[in-house]
Amino acid sequence: MPRTASKPTKKRSKPYTVTSSDTDPVPSASSKTKKSSKENDEKYKLFNKYANTSSGIIDPEGIEKLCSKLKVSHTDIKILMLAWKMKAKRQGYFTKAEWRRALKALKVDTIKKLKKALPELEKEVRKPLNFADFYAYAFRYCLTDERQNCIDIGTICQLLDMVLGSTFRDQVDHFVDYLKIQNDYKVITMDQWMGFYRFCNEISFPDMTNYSLELAWPLILDNFFEWMREKQA
Amino acid sequence: SLSFKMERKTIDLDQGWDYMQTGITKLKRILEGLPEPQFDSEQYMMLYTTIYNMCTQKPPHDYSQQLYDKYREAFEEYIHSTVLPALREKHDEYMLRELVKRWSNHKVMVRWLSRFFYYLDRYFIARRSLPPLNEVGLTCFRDLVYNELHSKVKDAVIALVDKEREGEQIDRALLKNVLDIYVEIGMGQMERYEEDFESFMLLDSASYYSRKASSWIQEDSCPDYMLKSEECLKKERERVAHYLHSSSEPKLVEKVQHELLVVYANQLLEKEHSGCRALLRDDKVDDLSRMYRLYHKIVKGLEPVANIFKQHVTAEGNALVQQAEDTATNHAANTASVQEQVLIRKVIELHDKYMVYVVECFQNHTLFHKALKEAFEIFCNKTVAGSSSAELLATFCDNILKKGGSEKLSDEAIEDTLEKVVKLLAYISDKDLFAEFYRKKLARRLLFDRSANDDHERSILTKLKQQCGGQFTSKMEGMVTDLTLARENQNSFEEYLGNNPAANPGIDLTVTVLTTGFWPSYKSFDINLPAEMVKCVEVFKGFYETKTKHRKLTWIYSLGTCHLNGKFDTKPIELVVSTYQAAVLLLFNTTDKLSYTDILTQLNLSHEDLVRLLHSLSCARYKILLKEPSTKTVSQSDSFEFNSKFTDRMRRIKIPLPPVDERKKVVEDVDKDRRYAIDAAIVRIMKSRKVLGHQQLVSECVEQLSRMFKPDIKAIKKRMEDLITRDYLERDKENPNMFRYLA
Repeated sequence: MPRTASKPTKKRSKPYTVTSSDTDPVPSASSKTKKSSKENDEKYKLFNKYANTSSGIIDPEGIEKLCSKLKVSHTDIKILMLAWKMKAKRQGYFTKAEWRRALKALKVDTIKKLKKALPELEKEVRKPLNFADFYAYAFRYCLTDERQNCIDIGTICQLLDMVLGSTFRDQVDHFVDYLKIQNDYKVITMDQWMGFYRFCNEISFPDMTNYSLELAWPLILDNFFEWMREKQA
Repeated sequence: SLSFKMERKTIDLDQGWDYMQTGITKLKRILEGLPEPQFDSEQYMMLYTTIYNMCTQKPPHDYSQQLYDKYREAFEEYIHSTVLPALREKHDEYMLRELVKRWSNHKVMVRWLSRFFYYLDRYFIARRSLPPLNEVGLTCFRDLVYNELHSKVKDAVIALVDKEREGEQIDRALLKNVLDIYVEIGMGQMERYEEDFESFMLLDSASYYSRKASSWIQEDSCPDYMLKSEECLKKERERVAHYLHSSSEPKLVEKVQHELLVVYANQLLEKEHSGCRALLRDDKVDDLSRMYRLYHKIVKGLEPVANIFKQHVTAEGNALVQQAEDTATNHAANTASVQEQVLIRKVIELHDKYMVYVVECFQNHTLFHKALKEAFEIFCNKTVAGSSSAELLATFCDNILKKGGSEKLSDEAIEDTLEKVVKLLAYISDKDLFAEFYRKKLARRLLFDRSANDDHERSILTKLKQQCGGQFTSKMEGMVTDLTLARENQNSFEEYLGNNPAANPGIDLTVTVLTTGFWPSYKSFDINLPAEMVKCVEVFKGFYETKTKHRKLTWIYSLGTCHLNGKFDTKPIELVVSTYQAAVLLLFNTTDKLSYTDILTQLNLSHEDLVRLLHSLSCARYKILLKEPSTKTVSQSDSFEFNSKFTDRMRRIKIPLPPVDERKKVVEDVDKDRRYAIDAAIVRIMKSRKVLGHQQLVSECVEQLSRMFKPDIKAIKKRMEDLITRDYLERDKENPNMFRYLA
């Protein structure tokens, strides 16, 4: 979920450098592109309303402002979906190019239009093909470090709730319970993260009759399965 | 008498045939046993020539076809008029005799007549593609006599066979002759014998033995039943040899085996007081050998026997393990360890005992080797009182190889035992655990000069190498070599000291330099050594640097030994202690009394180590230090004082320091090595296969590692996941149960 300004921003590793002209390569001005650059202007104007003037990108403070304007909580999945649409690289920040990408795809250029477009966006993301991609994106988005490739249990629990809570309530609740009491893993990898999604889609719950320890499910899910069986006994 | 002019006059058919009839009649008279002289050569020639002439005459006097038909008719007439009536009036054995006689006669008749009519065989039959004379003759008998009587004959024969089975004497030669008829009448094919006799005989035999078996199985013990079966099979084989056709043997034997041994296999083997289990229990070697012989020839016959054997051996092994476990829980620690060693001995004896069974009773059959192996693999991997079998075995070896361990045994006996121990290792799945325990104990033997015999040490390493490969023993061999080199090194050191008197530390110093890779890992603490020892270390370092500049020395003080002179009131006594113990004692050279905390800070040891040390010096057999308060255990609030009043009748005493339980560390080290081994195996497999399914990868991994240990499936999964995170592997996008190697 997008970071808010209340979180400390000191402990950041080397971020990628941001330049004020961080845009997609724009073709040289011609009659053809004059129209599109005018459209872009609107989007950039909107962008600048929320962007930090010195860094030239929307930071957590800006996002919080945006969220209140959209009348959506910053922990709402729709913001994450918007970040996905932007292909935003860094949690808590939107660059100009990312902003333009999303708004162009959504065909909006005002806050009002953006707010209206959010439910549509959610529908689109929830399509099975897109959702798998979105689910993987959510994990990557939460990685705070370029060199890092896993996320702590606490964050994972929150993320699972946000991303899968509405569609797989039961599985998420039980799995989150399990994650909190187990001691084998302190962090979750992408493979384990994706494994859980597959689990939700393929395994009937809570009976789990079609689960097999003989297959290549991540070990954490094997352990979860055994823990569930013990509880059910 | 006959007279004939040798003139080539045309012979009329009737005339010629009349003449032939005289010859035929003469022949019949001979066959009937009537007084009739044999044919002489002139008579023979005349008969032959008559046929010849009648065949070579110019048409219409060439009578080949007619003669051919008359030839056959001659037999038919004789059979109808004489042979069949003679046979029809007789029964049973009498009929059989008559048949044999008539068949024999018939063959003679065919032989003679076909000689007379031979000219027909030369040209006529080939020209018209007709059956030769011999065949015509035999076919007559077959069609007229055999076809009518074969069923009756078969019944009579079978009745005699059953009579013989019941113990009565029968005329075997007669039966042989009768059955030869079935074979010969087939004229080159076995069909008549098989269909008209054998199939019925087999059915009858099966039913006969089925009846016998059903009553024997109730009345007889397993050994008795087997004896009877063996005897029956022997008798049936003899039967074949005496009068049945040899091709009947496998079929008959199969039937008998089936009725006696296959149908009742389960009931027989599982007989409560005399079945296979009981025979094994009571060491009935002969009976078991018989059981093997009988069931060996039956398809899948040995499987149940091998299974019972396996269960029996497993039960015996489990009982031994349980015995040891019970003793361990009921007795003190040292009795328990003795019991554990007794267990190994008993397991070896068990193996020897049942290996003899496998080799002798069961003729070295692979099924039984496998059964023995599987049985041992079951109970040899059980834990006894917390010790794994790997550890028990390593301790057993240590006890044989160390001084005071097995000096009562002869060299041969020791060699033999070592041989057997190594064989037992084959059954233990955690071989790497054994290797590590063995290495730790070997280290102690080598470093504290506790090895009884160098040859035995080398011998067992050779045996281990043969069984488990060079990699298994390479480190251990390195350790033994290190010791040899260390002795040489010490000599050089002493020479160096001789040449550099200023460097002499003033204490006799022996240093053993070990190659790190070969020896078990030891924790080295930064203990604050007394000044004297510090100087020793410096001096040796100086010497060592003259030899090599590129090696780093790490001192393991925990393995050192010190000889101290204790200047006690009564008399001085030499104390042989560990370096750590010496460090503690030497503190009292400068101060009379020290508190626990003083000692702790001065030496910079852990609580665990210090308590152990102080206990050995103040609460054990030899109280070199006085503890205040003089309780049985050391606590952090105690204080210690040199016990000047200490004395002993000996001039030199060894103050033992009980060794730290190495088990936990060994298990940790082995677990760590296993993680690396699993990683390496996975990478090796994936590198060569590029893409592989999960289950296959796991099973290949297990296979590759099985030489050293049985990997836990979860552990393999964990390592795979780790390799995914480290980008060695990835899951296939389409099939999450498939993995791909990332170069």
